[in-house]
Amino acid sequence: MKGNKGLVIAYWVVVAVLVIVGLVGLYWRLTTGHKMANYGELIVWGLWVSMYIFFMAVAAGAFIVASMVYTFDVETLRPVRRLALLTPLVAMPLGFFSIWVDLGHMERAYEMITRPHLTSMMNIELWLYGAFFIVLLVMLWEEFAKGGEDKALMKWAGAIGLVLVILYEAAGGALFGVAKARPAWHGGLFPLLFILSGFTVGVGTVVFLHVFLPKLFGGKVSKPAVVWLGELLLVLIIIEFLFVLSEYFVGLYSGIPSEVTPLKQILTGPFWYVFWIGQFLIGIVLPIVLLAWQRTRTSPLWVAIAGLGVFIGTFAMRLNLVIPALAYPELKGLVEAVPSPRMTTVYVPSTMEWFVGLGIFGLGMAAFAVLYHLLPVQSQAAKEA
Amino acid sequence: MSVAQPVVAEKENAIVRMMKDLERALKKPPSERRWGMVIDLTKCVACDACTVSCKAENKTPPGVNYTLVIKEEVGTYPNVREVFLPRPCMHCENPPCVDVCPVGATWKNEEGVVVIDYDVCIGCRYCMTACPYGARTFDFGDWYTEGTPHLAPYETAPTFEYGEMRVRNEHESPVGNVRKCHFCLHRVHEGLLPACITDCIGRARYFGDLNDPDSLVSELLRERYSFRLKEELGTEPKVFYLT
Repeated sequence: MKGNKGLVIAYWVVVAVLVIVGLVGLYWRLTTGHKMANYGELIVWGLWVSMYIFFMAVAAGAFIVASMVYTFDVETLRPVRRLALLTPLVAMPLGFFSIWVDLGHMERAYEMITRPHLTSMMNIELWLYGAFFIVLLVMLWEEFAKGGEDKALMKWAGAIGLVLVILYEAAGGALFGVAKARPAWHGGLFPLLFILSGFTVGVGTVVFLHVFLPKLFGGKVSKPAVVWLGELLLVLIIIEFLFVLSEYFVGLYSGIPSEVTPLKQILTGPFWYVFWIGQFLIGIVLPIVLLAWQRTRTSPLWVAIAGLGVFIGTFAMRLNLVIPALAYPELKGLVEAVPSPRMTTVYVPSTMEWFVGLGIFGLGMAAFAVLYHLLPVQSQAAKEA
Repeated sequence: MSVAQPVVAEKENAIVRMMKDLERALKKPPSERRWGMVIDLTKCVACDACTVSCKAENKTPPGVNYTLVIKEEVGTYPNVREVFLPRPCMHCENPPCVDVCPVGATWKNEEGVVVIDYDVCIGCRYCMTACPYGARTFDFGDWYTEGTPHLAPYETAPTFEYGEMRVRNEHESPVGNVRKCHFCLHRVHEGLLPACITDCIGRARYFGDLNDPDSLVSELLRERYSFRLKEELGTEPKVFYLT
């Protein structure tokens, strides 16, 4: 497949705009601290934390796809293995950056390493990220510098990496699940949901990029790999949807205000469209239709669009996971007791938050394009396709 | 409804009594004292003197409230009444906020008070999500008199939280930190009661050593019915409410 010059120019224009916007946002963030942020005293986490857990999920899921090739010898997926390995290399730094700008004292981030507090899921996660990242670098080196000839190394590294991404996603879910102060989070489902949701969005991202990048910059697409990933994606979306249904139904049935109110916020609140359009229509219905219908499920383009839908839907899900649960005050009357605009049950990201967020997405787009040009990502795929 | 009075208050002024309790407690090794607060809800009039005195003592910025009074109207007109709930940090025996801190910047000290090291806190706000009482706040760097020709002196005056003198400015701690009630430890260690205790006009708040059976707080808890917030969570707050 040849690339499309017009599309490439448009792509880089979009990247440039996003990065410039991001730099403006970062300038505001660095010079004014958190004053321009809209997360507050009640909804203490917002867009950036949602982005952080989202990018980490993408990284985990993409790596699971890679490990299916290296560790479990799924030959059909060989053409996507390099892309699946590169995706965490891009997604993880984006996640780290998203959470870094969210810190009150960015300059103290190193304390996560120098002052480990291992009763904190947040700290446990970091060590798991670190261990995984080392495994990832080893695999990338072997694959791109040495052609991936050491099969045993790749097999075992893939297995270790797989365990680490499952653990870090579980810890990510537990970060929320252990919060007994937030009944809408508290429970045992989140660690499992995070693992599953990570796998789903990772498959969606890899299949989208595998089709999209060659369309843009040239290269070949492996139709068998795309169809295989599409089938897997369909199963994952359905299981994940069952998890979400279970969480929502049990929560609503309980009648406990601290559980019901955030769920009602998600379903019928002022930001209903994040769930109904983002999470449900784009993230679940559209991909299921595209991946189940005979005419579209074998078309790489439509499967890729389904993957993009899952990407968008999972991001919406992460927003719904973080924000509404925080909008419910811990004590009745707390919001009214604090005369501050920062003590509010409504959160919309500020311009600064959007700008930085868009910049981070722009960086991701730039990184994929550059890596695609510099490394033999899809040329290998083309040969094998 | 008759308003129950603390038995001891009739014999001796409560403030004087608590000061003596404090003096006695401070002679003990820190690990042998257990600071706690008792709030008599039948005496609270929701004047917010505690809120204001805390703000004056700790120079807290907008949105940062170590203590506040939750007011709720119950019933329907004309049969209504207001109920008030002063809410400082509960200084839980099992504080969920401490476990979740990724860098160990907050802990329960040997006197049982949950404290924060402003120079270590990275401002991730995970502890705020973990507190069941909404007792933790984030210092966004706001000022009450922002946008006026000069910041008011009361905002730029030094604070002495945790026994350290700090002048607040926009790029240094405690801006960017999570902040909360610390039972005015800097005052307590000097033999003074927390600001909210001394300034309570209804004498609804009491402070002292829960380990001392002769302290006023211990006596009140023996004599009166008390409860704690969200006991079912197992946090074991050291703030008790009398009804």
